[in-house]
This record gives sequence, structure tokens and C-alpha cells, in this order.
Amino acid sequence: MRTFDYTQEIPVVDGKPPAKSIDEVISKPLGTKPGKVWKALITVTTLMLLVGGGALGWTFYKGIGVWGNNQPVGWGFDIVNFVFWVGIGHAGTLISAILFLLRQRWRTGIARFAEAMTIFAVMCAGIFPAIHTGRAWLDGYLFPYPNANNIWVNFTSPLLWDVFAVSTYFTVSLVFWYIGLIPDFATLRDHTDNKLKKTIYSMFSLGWRHSTRHWQHYEKTYMILAGFATPLVLSVHTIVSFDFAVSVIPGWHTTIFPPYFVAGAVFSGFAMVQNVLIFVRQAFDLKHIITINHLEKMNQVIIVVGTMVGYAYAMEFFTAWYSGNQFETFTFINRALGPYAWAYWTMVTCNVILPQLFWVKKIRTTIFSMFVIGVIVNIGMWFERFVIIVTSLSRDFLPSSWGMYTPTIYDLGILMFSFGLFFTNVLLFVKTLPSVSIAEVKAVVDGAQPSHKGGTH
Amino acid sequence: MDAKKIYSIGGLFDTPDSITHAAEAAVKEGYTKFDVNTPYPVHGMERAMKLKPSLIGYATLFIGLSGAAFAFLFMYWVSVMDYPLIIGGKPFFSWPAFVPITFEVTVLSAAVGTVAVLIALFFKFPNNAHPLHDTNYMKNVSSDKFGLNVAVIDPLFDENKIREFLSREGAHDIEVFYEPEKKPVNVFDKRFLGLLVVVAIVTAGVTYFTLNKLIYMQPFTWMGVQDRLSAQSQNVMFDDGFGMRTPVEGTVARGFTPYEFKGQPDSVVKNMSNPLPFTKEVIEKGKSRFDTYCSPCHGYYGKGDSRLNGQFPNPPTLHSDKVRNWSDGNIYHVITNGQNVMPSYAKQISRDDRWAIIHYIRVLQRSLNAKDTDLETKK
Repeated sequence: MRTFDYTQEIPVVDGKPPAKSIDEVISKPLGTKPGKVWKALITVTTLMLLVGGGALGWTFYKGIGVWGNNQPVGWGFDIVNFVFWVGIGHAGTLISAILFLLRQRWRTGIARFAEAMTIFAVMCAGIFPAIHTGRAWLDGYLFPYPNANNIWVNFTSPLLWDVFAVSTYFTVSLVFWYIGLIPDFATLRDHTDNKLKKTIYSMFSLGWRHSTRHWQHYEKTYMILAGFATPLVLSVHTIVSFDFAVSVIPGWHTTIFPPYFVAGAVFSGFAMVQNVLIFVRQAFDLKHIITINHLEKMNQVIIVVGTMVGYAYAMEFFTAWYSGNQFETFTFINRALGPYAWAYWTMVTCNVILPQLFWVKKIRTTIFSMFVIGVIVNIGMWFERFVIIVTSLSRDFLPSSWGMYTPTIYDLGILMFSFGLFFTNVLLFVKTLPSVSIAEVKAVVDGAQPSHKGGTH
Repeated sequence: MDAKKIYSIGGLFDTPDSITHAAEAAVKEGYTKFDVNTPYPVHGMERAMKLKPSLIGYATLFIGLSGAAFAFLFMYWVSVMDYPLIIGGKPFFSWPAFVPITFEVTVLSAAVGTVAVLIALFFKFPNNAHPLHDTNYMKNVSSDKFGLNVAVIDPLFDENKIREFLSREGAHDIEVFYEPEKKPVNVFDKRFLGLLVVVAIVTAGVTYFTLNKLIYMQPFTWMGVQDRLSAQSQNVMFDDGFGMRTPVEGTVARGFTPYEFKGQPDSVVKNMSNPLPFTKEVIEKGKSRFDTYCSPCHGYYGKGDSRLNGQFPNPPTLHSDKVRNWSDGNIYHVITNGQNVMPSYAKQISRDDRWAIIHYIRVLQRSLNAKDTDLETKK
């Protein structure tokens, strides 16, 4: 059996690539013509975008009556997908902010990419609350502004908190991402011969000069932003869970929701980041920068949060029984044994049972198996939101108002649209921007920092 | 082209160790206006350059606190002063419910504000016309070299001494950077003026269109605006222009039973008895219907003393022997079918109410023709 020396830190970047080669490798996809795989993939994703866009357009024209939402299930795919996508976004901020504060250097290679995914996922998430209002062109009323009707929004409603949380999250993620990109734009600017590209890069680099007098403030700001993004990411999914927990519907009205939602968000987000990173490192020759070691660490995070999610499932059942409340008890028995039992057991299998395979080192370090489990986790987490929303609404207090929910083809179309939007954005991102932070990777290569006496970092 | 102004002199170093030593040496020489350019933040460089700690945190603190105060006070003003609405039976000033939004606004303003201050005040960006841009020096420090340059504004600036200092520290590619030439700006340049006009027209046009047209356009009105029936006006929804619809042929409306003897003479009515019990409630109901529908012509006591001042022929009294001897079915027939000038009341008075009225008429009749036995108390 191979023994492992845990006192030795694994290098963040395999080998000791010179800084110049890092520039070249990371900026290579930006300067070369797209390959066949990329072209095939973007064809598929834009097709999803277009066909799904048809469903979206029809919803705009005809109204949300074309969806499967009904009485009593007034929230269906719209809110399921919203919570799903916001959750996906959370991994990005966790990697870029929380792991940064925890001095986890392995985040360097994947942080940029994860942040970009956060932004794209929040964009996808934003579609759903915007269209589920019915007349999306009147969504301006969601924001408090002095309007001609002299009315204000209800500041005590969790739905309004959501508007603030998601828009703040999007803006702060975008700013955080852009701040990280500035030095890379400068590097790209100084390496290109193409006039148009140079103009664009100069514009976005703002004239960055890699000056130490700037780096000093820059690093401090980065730290401050990470410090803000950390509570922000926790608050966002907490507030999303308030949309449910503040109501009185059995199965929603529980105090476990905020931590349970945050854990679930990180869980699905890590699975998604892991999946897409696998694709990027294979496609763009970044195997020494995004190493197996990084992916393995992500998989370890997946086991931890997956187990937390499993604990939350068990605890929900316990609380339902311990409360002695017949509606609460019924709701949970109904989840496991009722008409939506298939969805419940899909969720348990995908989220609690199968990710436990990551305890086996071989499984969590093999690309194929980790990819498959990542996909499974995301299927499971999508079903988790479906189970929470649909089972609780379809069987509430009055048996006379019970009903079933069946999505229509337009619901599925808009879900497809959101996936199309996400992956199209990801594909465009990897071809137009450095998907790994050039400056940060250079700084963590062995020998990049001075070997001077008494360094404290 | 002769008098190009020097901005600074700089040289390149190959390793993080050598640049750190060079920076320390520059401080020792007494240089203050020098800068070190590195492709990534080199640890310990701030100390080597003896830089003061960054003050950006104070900007964050100030902007964040302002954002928090603004959000909280704004919600207070809206919820308590400008638009007080009772929501869920809670006080107007439900401060715990203001916490999430206060938090979000704090984070938003602090994060965006810090970055804005960083870029605009600390970096003085955007600045793509800096003398260091597009030099060999910049291209190298962008990639894998480390550069140190001393600016001309340094009190100890002396071109030869600095060259000597740099080569002593092991720098190569020592270079002099010049301030970019400033071209005189001509405000009356035709292209500039043309651009100005185009921008003005486009801005004005877009603003006009947005404020006067676009915000009043609804993409699809039919979800918000629906056809409806307006009182006293022609109906556009049906071809005949009427709003009221006749029932579909061959159907019977709910709660309605067609009248068997409709349009037939009084004499055919047989075997119709009052289905309602003779109780106080029914009689009171009958009185209220009688007072509403019958009394205008028949009078409150059924004496035929119309209140209509002779605009219609007065009906005969209901206390005649004829009416008193009629069966309930006969009276029902008259109310339902009409008689002489009296029209049918079938549409105005429901079936049960008609029977209740008949009970009340019997009470009226009895009140004017009471029998002696009525005086006896019931045992």
C-alpha cells in the first residue's frame, strides 16, 4: 500500500512552468480558432437556447397560463428552477471568497472559472422570478422607486428580500470577478498584436501597470470583497429559504431551512463546477493547472456538504414527528410514500447515497466516475427543490383543495432555455476570457515568491 | 521632437529575490518616487519598498455604514411615515424585518463603493496614456520579469546615477521613459462637432421616445385589458348588441321551474296548494315581498288604494268575497301569469316568494274579516 506524506504540501500547479508558458497556455484558447468539439457543443447549446426561447416567448405572449402551475400548486418549475440556479451559483463564491479567506491555495486554478459560473447561474436564476410575475415588462415595480402611483414595496416580505439579495449577489459577484480580471486584461493587452483586441483589452484593463503601489491596495480590496462575499453568499440562500420558511405551509415552515438550503446550494454548485472544469481542462490543455488534486478536493467538499444535506433530510423527518403536529407529520410521510414518492426517492438516492461513493479514493480521483456522480448530484438537487415545493403545495391543510402538478412542454422548454443560456455563456467565456487567473497562478507556482529571510506569508 | 520630457528610468530583473533586493537598495539610496512592477503581487514587496498600509479599508467602512444607515432609515420613512400599511397585524416599525435588506444594501454599497474608490481615487484609472504603456519594460513585467523604475519627480533624480544604480543591482534592458506628447486639442474640429450633433440628436430622440412613448406601450394588452359590458351602452361582444343573454334553447335555468298554466285562463288551474308552511318567518317574508312588489298598486293592506295617484287604473280590493274564496292556486296563477292590466310578476318574484306573499294576503284578509273564535286564546 502506498503511503502518503501528509507533512508535504502538494504543489498547487504541477511541475514548475515558467511564467511565460502560463501566459501562453491560459491565453491560447483566446487566440486560436475554435476546435470541432467547441463548435459542436455551442451548436447544441445555442439550439437549446433558441428552442427554449420559443417557449419563453410564448409565455411572454400568452401569459403564464401555459405553464402547469395550478391551484393549489401555484409555484412549479418557475421557483424550482430559480432555487436550483441560485444554488449552482453559490459554489463560485464559496471557492473564490471563503476558500480565499481560509488561505486554501488550491482554489487559485479554479476560482476564476467558478466565479464566472456564479454570474451565469445567477443570470439563469434571475429569469424565473422575472417571468413568473406574468407581465415581465412591469417588473420595474419590484424595486422601490418614487413612482407616479405613490406606492412603495413591502419591505417586510421575504419575496422582496429576495429581489435585494439576488440583485446584490449578482452585482457583487460581477465586481469581484472583474477586479480579478483587471491584471489579466493588462497581460493580454501586452501580448496581443491584433489592434482590435488590444483596444478592447486596454479598455477593460483600465491601464493597469502591475505596479506594487497598486497591488498593495488591490490585494487589500480583494480581501475586503472576499470578506463581504462570504456573509453575502450565506445570506442569499438563507433569504431564498425564507421565501418558504416564513410561510405557514407544512414542510416549509421550519427553522432548519436556511442552513439546509445553503448546504444544498454548495453541494449542487460544487458538482456543477467540477463537471464543467473537467470539460475545460480536457479541452484546453490545462491539466497541470487544474490538477486531479483540485478535483479531488472538490469531491471531498461534495461528500461533506452532501452528508450535511442527508442529515437535514433526516432531521426534517425527526422534527415532523417530534413536533406532534399532524399536518407536519402527514407532509413528510406523504413525501416518502405519497404520489410524489418517486421524486423523493430519486432525491435521496442521488444526494445522499450515491455521493458516498466518493469515500473511495479511486472513485473520487477518476475523471469518469467523478463526472458521473457530479451529474447525479445535480439531478438530485433539482429534485430536492421539486420535492420541497410541489409536495408541500399539492397536499396542504384542506384535503378538499389537494391537487396534482404536471409541468407542460413550455415549463420544460424554459428549463432547457436556462441550461442553454448557461452553457452558451460558459463556452463563450472560455473562448474570450482567461478562464484561469494568470496573475494568481503565477504567484503560486513554486519559486514565484522570494526566498528571503523571515517571510511571513 | 527635440525636448521630450523624461518620465522615469527603469530596468528589468529576472527573479523575485533580485527585485526585492533592488527595492530595498532603492530605499537605502533615498529614492522615494520609484515603483516596482511585477506580474503578480510579490510577497514582502510593500515592506521592502517601505509603503504605508493601504487606507482603502476606511473608504469601505464609511461607504458601508452610509449604505446601512440609508437603507434602514429609508425603510423606516416608507413604512412609518410615507406609506404606513398594516401588514400581518405587525407594528409599522417592524425593525427585525428590515434587517435582511439593510444587510444586502450594506454589502452592495460597500463592495461597489470600495471598488469605485479604488479605481477612481487610488489608481486614478482609467489611464491608458501612461508613459510606461507600450514599452518593452511593460511587456516584460506583464509576463515574467520584474521591473523597477525611478520617476523624474524624485528629489534625488539624476539620470546617470540611476543608470549606475540599476546596473549595480543587476538590472538589464535599462530604458528611459518619456511623457507622451500632448497633441493640441481643437474643439472646432469638424469631425468632433459632427459627432457632438449626432450624439445630441440620438440622446434627445431616445429620451423623447422612452419617456413619451415606450413606457406607455404594453407589449400584449389583452392580459390586462379585457372586453367588458358598460352600463347604458351598446355591447360590442355580441352581434345583437345586447349584454343580457337569453337562456340556451331547451334548457332550464338553475332554481327555475317553468309554469305549467302559463297564458291560460284562471279556470284551468287545479290542484295547486301552497307548499310553504304557515309560519311566522314565511309570513314576514311574504310581507316584505308584498310591500315591495304588490303594495304600490294594491296598497299596504290590499284595499286597492294605490299610491300611484291614478296613473294606473286602481285594482279591485283583495278583501272581496271572490278573492277570499279563491284557492291559493288561483292567486298564484294571477301573480305568475298576470290578469287584465296587471302584468306577470314571474320574473321579479321567485316562486317561493310568491307562495309566501299568498300566505300574507290570507293574513290581511283575515285581519279585516276576523271571526269571533279568533278572539279566543289558543290552548
